[in-house]
Amino acid sequence: MKIVTGNDLKTGAVVWWTGVDWSIHVEDAVDAGEQAEDIATREEAARRVNAPYVIEGEKTAEGVRPAHIKDRIRALGPTVRPDLTLKPADPTAGNWVI
Amino acid sequence: MYKYDQYDQAMVDARVAEFRDQVRRRLEGKLSEDQFKPLRLMNGLYLQLHAYMLRVAVPYGTLNSRQMRALADIAEKYDRGYGHFTTRQNIQYNWIKLEDAGDILADLAAVEMHAIQTSGNCIRNISSDHFAGATADELVDPRPYAELLRQWSSFHPEFLALPRKFKIAVIASEADRAAMKLHDIGIRIVKNDAGELGAAFYVGGGMGRTPMIAPCIREFVPLDQLVTYAEACLRVYNRHGRRDNKFKARIKILVHELGADEYTRQVEEEFAHLLDQGIEPPRAELERIKTFFADPAFETDLPEDIDRSDPEFALWVDRNCVAHKAPGYVSAVISLKPVGGIPGDASAEQMRLIADLAKRYSFDELRVMHTQNIVLPHVRKADLHALWSALDEAGLAAPNLDQVDDIIACPGLDYCSLANARSIPVAQQISERFAANGKGKILGELKLKISGCINACGHHHAGHIGILGVDRKGVENYQLLLGGSEADDTSLGKITGPGFDEAGIVDAVEKATDVYLARRQDGERFLDTYRRIGMEPFKEALYG
Repeated sequence: MKIVTGNDLKTGAVVWWTGVDWSIHVEDAVDAGEQAEDIATREEAARRVNAPYVIEGEKTAEGVRPAHIKDRIRALGPTVRPDLTLKPADPTAGNWVI
Repeated sequence: MYKYDQYDQAMVDARVAEFRDQVRRRLEGKLSEDQFKPLRLMNGLYLQLHAYMLRVAVPYGTLNSRQMRALADIAEKYDRGYGHFTTRQNIQYNWIKLEDAGDILADLAAVEMHAIQTSGNCIRNISSDHFAGATADELVDPRPYAELLRQWSSFHPEFLALPRKFKIAVIASEADRAAMKLHDIGIRIVKNDAGELGAAFYVGGGMGRTPMIAPCIREFVPLDQLVTYAEACLRVYNRHGRRDNKFKARIKILVHELGADEYTRQVEEEFAHLLDQGIEPPRAELERIKTFFADPAFETDLPEDIDRSDPEFALWVDRNCVAHKAPGYVSAVISLKPVGGIPGDASAEQMRLIADLAKRYSFDELRVMHTQNIVLPHVRKADLHALWSALDEAGLAAPNLDQVDDIIACPGLDYCSLANARSIPVAQQISERFAANGKGKILGELKLKISGCINACGHHHAGHIGILGVDRKGVENYQLLLGGSEADDTSLGKITGPGFDEAGIVDAVEKATDVYLARRQDGERFLDTYRRIGMEPFKEALYG
């Protein structure tokens, strides 16, 4: 699947294109398919998200998973500070990242 | 330490107002990211993996307790309760919101700090010896010259759009504690046969994808021509640096391609021209600056003896305290490298404690080391036990200066958008391994440095043992290097062979140290043994 991602203009937070808006949760990401590059271009012009770009990913039973390690770390947070990730209370939350 | 005058403060305040307005226009959509990016970078604001990152300059690594408290307040108020001290004596915050940037810069300006020129293709923060003004082996305190260069390079209109970033280090002793020869310009204050002070200029060093040790292009520049000579070096670079290719744009490539002799010839020609222009700051300005770096009021007749009855304290004294020029004093290194910790990270609480201890025990002065630790430069030996007790309680008393677990590590792929692999987990595992197997206690001096990409922020080329993280088809892989040094015996490490996975690199480091333990002779450090026996025994152990 083609995922569109970027960083929120105001907070810098990692965000994922949901089909209608942006979410900080990678699980909300949709397959943008052949529209992905056009969405990234359009959203960049809208100036709410910094440098949106298209990545490969897959939808698994556990949720959407970016293909590359860099984007998997972006999806969760720093592997060395689980307390600062999106799921600080879940010690297994990062098991799929590495 | 240096105090802003009205001009310094006015310039910094004006920049805060200017950037605040630029941020407002960006948030209102009046500036695109392409338009805004160079503006934010000139103010130290990056966009990293998870958020904006702000890099704050700590000129030549010197801080007072008020400034350290302000850094702690910023960590707590605008970030997530911690900061990361860097390999260029700065501090970075990893979780900054764009809308807060103006307020943060205003808070910094209130304590005479800023983030100006901590990014972009300009002259960056001037670094120096973290023991400057305290060590007995320096000719003079190098910091007044670093400050003079800071003032010259700040907002210098000719050098705000260089071919690439530009880093300068200034030292004043034979011992190099600032990786001086691995900078774009390294300056060593020296004394000539007539007993006059001058500056030796080393130009064209650096790490990154093409590591080079700077050649000395001038052994003696009179100190009243220091700025003029630096300007000549920059002018030749600015004129001929490779703007066409980012990867060949650093001055080291220019010096290498022109040859040191031809580069030097052009610098000397430019220097002769500039001498007639009268650009050197007035002598009175240097003298004014020097007054800020006068020795504090050291007490005399202090006791030299230290009660070593507590073995943990004694080990910390032996490892982390360094001889001082004043009798009865030492410089004490506060390690930010606890076993399993994140090298260079300090919480807001730890920063406040360090500030308090500096106020109480070190004439209100602190230094950031490029090795990501903190120094209290002037501590009475009589106060060491009380200092150590306070540090120990806060997890800041790891006795590991220059030991295998005193690891330099860049933020790596956990934070950095340029990284290819994570650095911090490797550092954590190595420090845990050597704590668990007990070998850390017997290895002696061993400088281990880890970078998560070829840009080498973790100085891997200059580690006795260096580790470089690379991306191999989407999987983290780690190359091992041996034999580097960033001290006065500067050398560049060599790659041992094929890389390792995350677990394998920790094993590989242990195997390399086992070779050293088996082959070392009396008094040899790891680096000495490597230089004596060469790479082959290590390769045999790693791949044989």
